[in-house]
Order: sequence, then C-alpha cells, then structure tokens
Amino acid sequence: MQNYILANLFTQIGKIFSTQKYMKYVWRGLWNTLYISVCAAVIGLFIGTIVAIIKIQPKTKAWTVPKIICEAYTTVIRGTPMALQLFIMAFAVFAIRGFPLAVTAIIAFGINSGAYVSENIRAGILSVDKGQTEAGRALGVSGGFTMMRIVIPQGMKNVIPSVGNELIALIKETSIVSMVGTVYDLTYVSKLIGAPNELATYLAPMLVSAAFYLLIVYALTLAIKLIERRLRKSEKR
Amino acid sequence: MKNAKKEKFFKTEKTPVEPYDEAALLEAQHLTKSFGELKVLNDISEKIYEGEKIAIIGPSGSGKSTFLRCLNVLEDPTDGYVFFEGNNLCNLKVDINLQRRRMGMVFQHFNLFNNMSVLKNITLAPVYVGMHDLRRAKLNNFKIKLLNLFKKKDKKTPLEEISKTAKEIKAEAKANAMRLLERIGLADKADVYPSTLSGGQRQRIAIVRALAMNPKVMLFDEPTSALDPEMVGEVLALIKEVANEGMTMVIVTHEMNFAREVATRVLFMDEGKITEQGTPEKIFGAPESDRLKDFLSKVL
Ligand SMILES: Nc1ncnc2c1ncn2[C@@H]1O[C@H](COP(=O)(O)OP(=O)(O)O)[C@@H](O)[C@H]1O
Ligand SMILES: [Mg+2]
Repeated sequence: MQNYILANLFTQIGKIFSTQKYMKYVWRGLWNTLYISVCAAVIGLFIGTIVAIIKIQPKTKAWTVPKIICEAYTTVIRGTPMALQLFIMAFAVFAIRGFPLAVTAIIAFGINSGAYVSENIRAGILSVDKGQTEAGRALGVSGGFTMMRIVIPQGMKNVIPSVGNELIALIKETSIVSMVGTVYDLTYVSKLIGAPNELATYLAPMLVSAAFYLLIVYALTLAIKLIERRLRKSEKR
Repeated sequence: MKNAKKEKFFKTEKTPVEPYDEAALLEAQHLTKSFGELKVLNDISEKIYEGEKIAIIGPSGSGKSTFLRCLNVLEDPTDGYVFFEGNNLCNLKVDINLQRRRMGMVFQHFNLFNNMSVLKNITLAPVYVGMHDLRRAKLNNFKIKLLNLFKKKDKKTPLEEISKTAKEIKAEAKANAMRLLERIGLADKADVYPSTLSGGQRQRIAIVRALAMNPKVMLFDEPTSALDPEMVGEVLALIKEVANEGMTMVIVTHEMNFAREVATRVLFMDEGKITEQGTPEKIFGAPESDRLKDFLSKVL
C-alpha cells in the first residue's frame, strides 16, 4: 500500500516534468517568484540604507523628525505579521481595480524587508572604524561623500552575510502572495497544477515547488559565501 | 543635584566672541569641551602663528587629543571658538569643509582608507575638490547662459572660466600623488592596499595624503605612538623634513627628544588646561611647576 503511494508520487512528479503545460507553469512560477523577490530586495536595500543612515545621524534638532519616522517604521513593520501587511496593501492601500497584484506584492515585500535590512546595514556601518570617517572629514570631504565612498563600501562587506540571510527569508516569504489572489508565483502554480481538472493531486506539484525554492535558496547561499570570500581576499591584496 | 541639572539646562549661553588676532594663523578662544559631566578642556585660549612648530605634551587623559581635534572642529567645542585665518570655525555659517582642506591632520592610527589603493587614498580629496569646483562652475555657467538669453548682445554676462577638464584634474592629482610617493620612496606601493603595508609606511602615506591638499597647518596626534620602535625614526624624519620646509605644525607627542629638536614652542597640558609653556630649552631645562617636573621625570 505504502509502496504504491510512493510509486504513484514518483509517476506524478515525472508527469509534471514531462508535461509541457505543467513545466510552463513551473517556469512561469519560478520567474515570477524571482522577479518579485529581486524587485522587493532592491526596494528593501534602498529603503534600508536610507533608514540606516538616518538612524546613525547625531541627535540634533534637524534630524529629530526623520529619526522618529524611521524608528516608527521599523517598529511597526517588524512588530506586525507580513501576511497582514500584504493584506492591508492589497485590500486597502492598492485596492484599485486592475492594479497588478505583483506590483502590490513587490511594494509590500520591499517595505517589509527594508525594515529588517536597515538594522543589518546600520550595524554594518557602525562596524566601520570611526577613524575612517574622521580621516575623510579632516581632509575637507563632505559627510555624504565620505559615507558613500568610504564608510558604506567597507560596511557592506560586513553586512553581506546578514543581508543575504534577509534576502533568503524574503524569497520564501513571497509565497504568501498566493494567499491574496492571482499571482503566478511558485506556490500559486503548484495549486494550479494540482487542481482537480489537472493532475488532481496537490502533493506532487507542491513538492516540485518546494524543490525549486530550495534550489534558489541553496544557490543564493553559495553565491553569498563566494562573494564573502572574494571580498575578504581583496582586502588582503 | 536637582539644582545642578537645572543650572545646566538653563545655562546654554556661550561666551561672547572676542576680536581675533589677525596675525595668528590659529587662535583658540576660551575653548571648553565637556563629555557629559567630564570637563576635558577647561577654558583654553592660545594663539598659533605661521611657521611655528608647537609640541603638546602632557599626561595621558589631559585632553591633548581633544584640544587638537577641536582645532579643526572634528570635536565640537562645548564653548569657546577656534579662528583659522580669521574664520570662526565654530560659526555654522562658515563652510567647515573649505577650511579643513587647508588643515592637514595625521592620526595615531593612520586611518588610511582601507577600501582604496594607496594612490586613491592620496588623490581622493584633491580630485573631490577639483570635481566639486568644476561642477559648481559648470552649473553657474549654465545659469549665466540661461540668463544671457534674455539680455541684449552687449550686456551679456561673461562666463566663468573653466581652466581644467575633469580628465586634467584627475591626471594632475595623480601626478602630484606620485611625486609625493616618490619623495617618501613608496612609489612602487601606489597600487597596493593599505593593509599590506607596515605601520611606518602607512603613517608616511597618511602624512603625504594630508600634504597633497597643500595645507597651511598640519595637526599631528601622536603620530608615532602606534608604531613599532624600529619604525618611529622614518616617520619622525619625514615630519622633521616637512617642518624644515616651513610648515606650521601642532604635534601631540610623547617623543620628548623630537619635541626638543623640532618644536619652537612646547605646551604642557594638564587636566584640560595649558599650565606651562615656552621654548623647549625652558620647558625641558627649567620646568617651573611640580606637575611638569613630575611628568618629565617619568617620561625622560
Ligand atoms: N568621545 C569621548 N567621549 C567621552 N569621553 C571622552 C571622549 N574622548 C575623550 N574622552 C575623555 O576625555 C579625556 C581626555 O581625552 P584625550 O583628549 O584623548 O586625552 P589625551 O589625548 O591627552 O590622552 C579622557 O578622560 C577621555 O576618556
Ligand atoms: Mg590622545
């Protein structure tokens, strides 16, 4: 009996890989998941860097309001569930007819990851020796230029592992979008393939989707390790 | 306790600015710096004239570094003012970056930019300044051209002259950096990263990095304290060379022999004040206060 189920599972997986229609779904899902993740990651890194820079500014009058806004942003985003944030975005903020859900998702995930990434980037910037900034400023170079050309490039090196982990988490989190509506991401297409009038079973397509998530995450993990090693080498040159 | 807090809260008034000495290159006026409750600099007034080599000595924690860092406002004074060539550096309307370009600073821990080659370390600021000016001039010319469109032919404003292109600015900075590196015998290290160099090499590069901006004054904060003993000599030799060329210098140092040899004036700092000063002969030969005598007996 058990052997029968297992054998059946393998045939079903084989069927997914051999049926062009299903593979089209899979590729489309893979592409959309990557697309949403990458766009959200770019937004997240952008927001995260700005928030991190604002948070490390001195506590002067001019920075009070931006600092409060950033503090509120990270507190609220990190203190509430991602799914709820996405629901609010999809069903309230961008509840416009015809507004593509993928774009809503990118914005929601971008804003979410920005809050997490900002903490990592902040730690990375603070890990750079203060003497680097002082040397730049003592030469009469502006604070912004010193930050962009001297501090952030050095901080990034320390940040890559932790930010990389955030991005990996982000890729997996994008699967929630399939709960909201029709976005052909990896999770959603597994539901399509398994529908009663298609393969009529959910286990096999979901395992296939899971395998693809695993593949992306594993590849990314390797890439991060490689970059890390490269960067460490360049410092010793 | 409550009263003290109240007093601190209400006492935000600063000492009024006094007229500065036009003959002085650098002037500290009632300089005071507190870190929380700790008063590190206590109402220091001092003038430094062009060509002087000032050595600052004193026990550790007496505020020497803080005083030096206040001179280019790397540390914001709690009270008092610093004048550099007649500009009040504590006035927020004065562009501090413009002033700092003419004040070189050398740190105890070199602070070379780790993510840049030696050459880039030296050219960064000169190229930045050149490009900054170029961009400003171009923008200004654009504005003039726009306004000229509405003016009669004989009333057009002349354009600002742009003497150097971006390429020339970079080439010039590079040539100057290479000349400086050759001078210290490190031209072959132009393309390596600082982490591969010895402390002595790094500090000499840090010194020429500051010199590349053609400063009017050089500030040194214990330039040899982080070095292995065998490397102290090469760094001091370079500083001496720069001194002999007539550079105005302020050097915080524990190298008493060096201070005696190079300084034109020695300041002894103790508990946030300059308690004694004079020629090296006077300070080292005939110290007056017990604190200075005590200090010298420990370091000599
Ligand atoms: N950023 C800072 N925050 C708090 N205390 C400081 C800071 N910088 C210096 N101090 C304190 O100020 C005092 C004088 O420091 P410093 O000027 O470095 O002395 P010196 O260079 O003569 O050894 C020391 O007690 C030091 O602990
Ligand atoms: Mg010191």
